[in-house]
Amino acid sequence: MDTYTAMREFADSWALLAMTLFFIGVVIFAFRPGGRKAADNAASIPLKDDSLDD
Amino acid sequence: MSAPCRPVPAAGLTSIGDEMTHGPYIIALGIAAFLALAGAGFAVDRPFAQHMWVLFFVLAGSAIVLMRRTSFASSRVPDLSAYPDPSAYMDGPIRAGSIATMFWGVVGLLVGVVVALQLAYPDLNIEPWFNFGRMRPLHTSAVVFAFGGNALIATSFYVVQRTSRARLWGGDLAWFVFWGYQLFIVMAATGYLLGITQSREYAEPEWYVDIWLTIVWVAYLAVFLGTILKRKEPHIYVANWFYLSFIVTIAMLHVVNNLAMPVSIVGSKSYSLFAGVQDALTQWWYGHNAVGFFLTAGFLGMMYYFVPKQANRPVYSYRLSIIHFWALIFLYIWAGPHHLHYTALPDWAQTLGMVFSIMLWMPSWGGMINGLMTLSGAWDKIRTDPIIRMMVAALAFYGMSTFEGPVMSIKAVNALSHYTDWTIGHVHSGALGWVGLISFAAIYHMVPKLWGRARLYSERMVIWHFWLATLGIVVYAAVMWVSGVMQGLMWREYDEQGFLVYSFAETVAAMHPYYLMRAAGGALYLTGALVMAFNIWMTILGHQREEDPVGGSATGRQPTLQPAE
Repeated sequence: MDTYTAMREFADSWALLAMTLFFIGVVIFAFRPGGRKAADNAASIPLKDDSLDD
Repeated sequence: MSAPCRPVPAAGLTSIGDEMTHGPYIIALGIAAFLALAGAGFAVDRPFAQHMWVLFFVLAGSAIVLMRRTSFASSRVPDLSAYPDPSAYMDGPIRAGSIATMFWGVVGLLVGVVVALQLAYPDLNIEPWFNFGRMRPLHTSAVVFAFGGNALIATSFYVVQRTSRARLWGGDLAWFVFWGYQLFIVMAATGYLLGITQSREYAEPEWYVDIWLTIVWVAYLAVFLGTILKRKEPHIYVANWFYLSFIVTIAMLHVVNNLAMPVSIVGSKSYSLFAGVQDALTQWWYGHNAVGFFLTAGFLGMMYYFVPKQANRPVYSYRLSIIHFWALIFLYIWAGPHHLHYTALPDWAQTLGMVFSIMLWMPSWGGMINGLMTLSGAWDKIRTDPIIRMMVAALAFYGMSTFEGPVMSIKAVNALSHYTDWTIGHVHSGALGWVGLISFAAIYHMVPKLWGRARLYSERMVIWHFWLATLGIVVYAAVMWVSGVMQGLMWREYDEQGFLVYSFAETVAAMHPYYLMRAAGGALYLTGALVMAFNIWMTILGHQREEDPVGGSATGRQPTLQPAE
């Protein structure tokens, strides 16, 4: 099996599965319990005071 | 040589890098200028020699400017780092980047109007330096990489500091990124005019300029990532994810697409590592992801900071932003083959490109909806805040062009649209509408803050800019639709005996009026940018135009109340 075929088969099997699972994981993580509160906190980051306090 | 030559403003608030110790830089520039001179002397081809002379004068000139700034307090060179940084953020390179964005924006748009007129009037092709073949990459690179790139670098430095609550990492490295990138632009632009090109769309610079960009880009990644790593804010705000994906992906695309073997280390010609259809696919894997990660992901990062900031409201759905980020990242990278429909590219790859392009519609509209809905409950700001108005128009154009794109990637549609002006219209509705307007809005937002001004010189001029730009885009895109569809239909028109009805020259003649209207649309957009340049310049100088507030107020044209009878 030459390199092209091997990479092609890996790409449309395990690599595809891994990327799909990662994406599903991202969606589940975003909608996890408590996710809304964390998201609201993150969304407010740019609206806090601009200055650097140190 | 190393002593600071002028009072350091606002004691303790400038970094070490803002002091005038340029010694090592002057030496480095001198050595580089000498190498450029040697390159000019030993060059194996004439364009390379000319290009190295350009490089020599740029580097030697820069060294002289730095020496003057070190020695004489009376130097006329504007010192962009001399303004106080009350927030302790490193804003010098951002100020410089804002000016560079404006400058290259006007230059790139002007060249665009010129090439539009060259298409309408071939006599305007002034050979050899200013013919269409050399001016066209000058236009695309000037607007995409010089205008868009400077806007992205400046705003990413602005956003990453403020959302990480940390000063830029790496000291003077941020200045190296800024000046190194300007050098890349100058070398790319002069190279095109000298006829130096590797003929890869949006990647025309030859190998030595590509290597230089790689060095600058790695430094950019280091500054950005370093700032994120030393952040005080626990969460990495979503705008930074988009910026980071833009920086990382562009690095990967640039390196792979430009794998090439130079004929000589003192010559301007190189040959690609790839051949045939592999070469074509590598080119368009790069080309479309330059659209996806340079012109989309980067500017979405801009949108996710500046729209909430200007509206003073959090983004509509933070979770939607995360999901559409990952969807965009996973889908965009496969869309490139739609540029190679009906070519030697295997059929399955063409279909793959088409399917992923259509799926891209969803994450693209996720971004648009998220941006627009951020204004939900505050829609009146479109009336009262011209910067918000510009942002909303940018998002609307983003939505329209990311709907049009998937449609055009469908093979049946592409059979008509490909190689016609329809493609040019599509690109410009995205580039002028989305990229241009969101960058202008970000600059309008940043400049008063960066220079410590209470407000812009004139908000009413922002409205003028908005309408000139919007009208320009609408004229441009509509004209190119008509012209492109007509062109495509004329190409495929057969008579009853199976002969083509029109010759190529007949299609060109038929498009002449549309070319004139297109140039008029571009000129409107350029005029808007000139109005902005004046407005920004006056803001930087600290002037404020006396004018009625936008949207009316107590002082303005309020109707007087009449007592009831």
